[in-house]
Amino acid sequence: MTNPNLSIQDLETVYDTLAESIDAAGPERETLFLTKLTLLMAREIGDAERVLALIASAQKDL
Amino acid sequence: MHQPTTTPRPSIYYDYRIYPFETAPEQRGEERRHPIVIVGAGPIGLTTALELARHGVASVLVESECQVSEGSRAIVFTRRSMEILQQIGVTDRMLETALPWRFGNSIYRGKRVFRMEAPQDDDDRFAPMNNLQQQYLEQYLIERVQQEPLIEIRWGTKVTGINNGDQGVRLDVDTPEGPYSLEADWLIAADGARSVVRQLEGLRLEGDSYSGNFVIADIRIDIDRPTERLAFFDPDWNPGNTILMHREPGGIWRLDYQLPADEAPEQALAPESLRKRIQAQLDMIGVNAPWELDWSSVYSARALTLPDYLHGRVLFTGDAAHLLPIFGVRGANTGFQDCQNLAWKLAYVVQGLADRRLLETYSHERVAAAREIIAEAGKSTRFMAPPSRGFRLLRDATLSLSLSESFVGPLFHWRTSRPHDYADSPLNVPMDDNIAFGAGPANGAPLQNLRFGENDYLFDHLPAGFCLLYFTDAPTLPAELAAQVEQLKAKGLPLDVLTISRSGEHQPVGLQLADHNGHCFNRYGAQSGSAYLVRPDQHVCGRWKQLDFDALPRLLDRALLKQEES
Repeated sequence: MTNPNLSIQDLETVYDTLAESIDAAGPERETLFLTKLTLLMAREIGDAERVLALIASAQKDL
Repeated sequence: MHQPTTTPRPSIYYDYRIYPFETAPEQRGEERRHPIVIVGAGPIGLTTALELARHGVASVLVESECQVSEGSRAIVFTRRSMEILQQIGVTDRMLETALPWRFGNSIYRGKRVFRMEAPQDDDDRFAPMNNLQQQYLEQYLIERVQQEPLIEIRWGTKVTGINNGDQGVRLDVDTPEGPYSLEADWLIAADGARSVVRQLEGLRLEGDSYSGNFVIADIRIDIDRPTERLAFFDPDWNPGNTILMHREPGGIWRLDYQLPADEAPEQALAPESLRKRIQAQLDMIGVNAPWELDWSSVYSARALTLPDYLHGRVLFTGDAAHLLPIFGVRGANTGFQDCQNLAWKLAYVVQGLADRRLLETYSHERVAAAREIIAEAGKSTRFMAPPSRGFRLLRDATLSLSLSESFVGPLFHWRTSRPHDYADSPLNVPMDDNIAFGAGPANGAPLQNLRFGENDYLFDHLPAGFCLLYFTDAPTLPAELAAQVEQLKAKGLPLDVLTISRSGEHQPVGLQLADHNGHCFNRYGAQSGSAYLVRPDQHVCGRWKQLDFDALPRLLDRALLKQEES
């Protein structure tokens, strides 16, 4: 279902869009925006175990 | 000297009447030994007394006040509660006034983002929810008690001390004519959240308190909306918080809103504070009608239970035993299940049909139920009253998504009070055919109601004691089985057979019911000769594809815990 590798171009597109979206949301709303995005992506992945593993990855080195 | 007020409580719609104190026999020098004394004449205490009477056991209710409770308090009664209350004969009266309903709505930014429909089957007599103010329910229960010679209510009688001994309980009370003591074999504490009995016994509740206070306020107002639960999330006038609205009989509406974290209850109940917030809520939903406040109160969410409901000769039930999370109408509805479970067991112990070990199952079964409720309601609390920044973010993200995405809908699901399965109860018969059934209530579960015809349901016919539900293709039950049951009854064992016949050749009468199209057989996974053994609280404790009649005495002994467990 998922493409395990984003091309470098796509990675950069996602990178830029995320940054700009966080700016557009503004400091008051940026966390809400990212939380919503996480839920939407979790639903897209459709596999709780994979999502929990991704949460664990993101928790490293905070 | 205990001087309860004899002035009727103020209300804009309910006429409180005073039940006067009467000099007790003990105060006239008469000696009395009571089999059972119940402390507290709220809905649970009254239901306990009526249940005990249904099993033929007398009780004395001791109540500190001289009138019913102040305010509407518990207003939503579930189907299971109605089924329980039906057995003590108050539901006809309730339904003259109560408002039945099934639908719940979650609203965010003026949009309904989730609608919940509680299931209603043709086989159910009662609606999933029924709204009625607690004063009315208490009044109807008291009217029923007044018709029941086995029950005595002592008004204006306040508990001051207790001696919980091996041979009995001595209860010290104070009254307008001074103190006296009652001697009882058993004491039931049904005296609510701030139970005096619990305090006197030095018992502590275990669990958590959630932060967050809530105001409940009843107003009289004409709002042209159906009887459905309304939950408003994060409104502008109460940012981040949740407001619930419920319709009550008589043009009364309940508002239930969360307070800001730093606000004291006294502040919240100040008239101007109430007026402003209630008006803000009405403005938000576009209601322009005049209104009047009847009653208001502040409460907080707790999740606490005693670890054991049996202490010597004292038993705890209802809010005296546990304080449950508010979400999901779990207060009184859990209490009814508690006291129905308790009453038959205590009645049979008092009547010498069983020993104290049967009472211990009350505690095991209902403490487990309380713990299950606490865990389940915790999930609702995370959504309705988020306890941390993280939970608040997720809740807010869900609210925002709900405006455009349907997949988050289930997160709004309103878990409500439901009956419990006593699947691990020692009263369940082992080695029966429980797992062989493809349908029907399993051991530990309550009976499913069945519709036999117009205004005619299974629960209308249940006997007071154990019930053997027997399915047959013959017009009547087999003579052999009838003889077995007669023998057991002759020994004083509380068992009746309710026959469900598919034969079509007989007239249904008394405990013989007719299943015209096989529907009941199907719902219960039965064939001709199948049987369910049902406890007096309508929970199944054994079921057989083909009942061996000779085993019946042994099965009943097991359900009363009369055999030693191997």
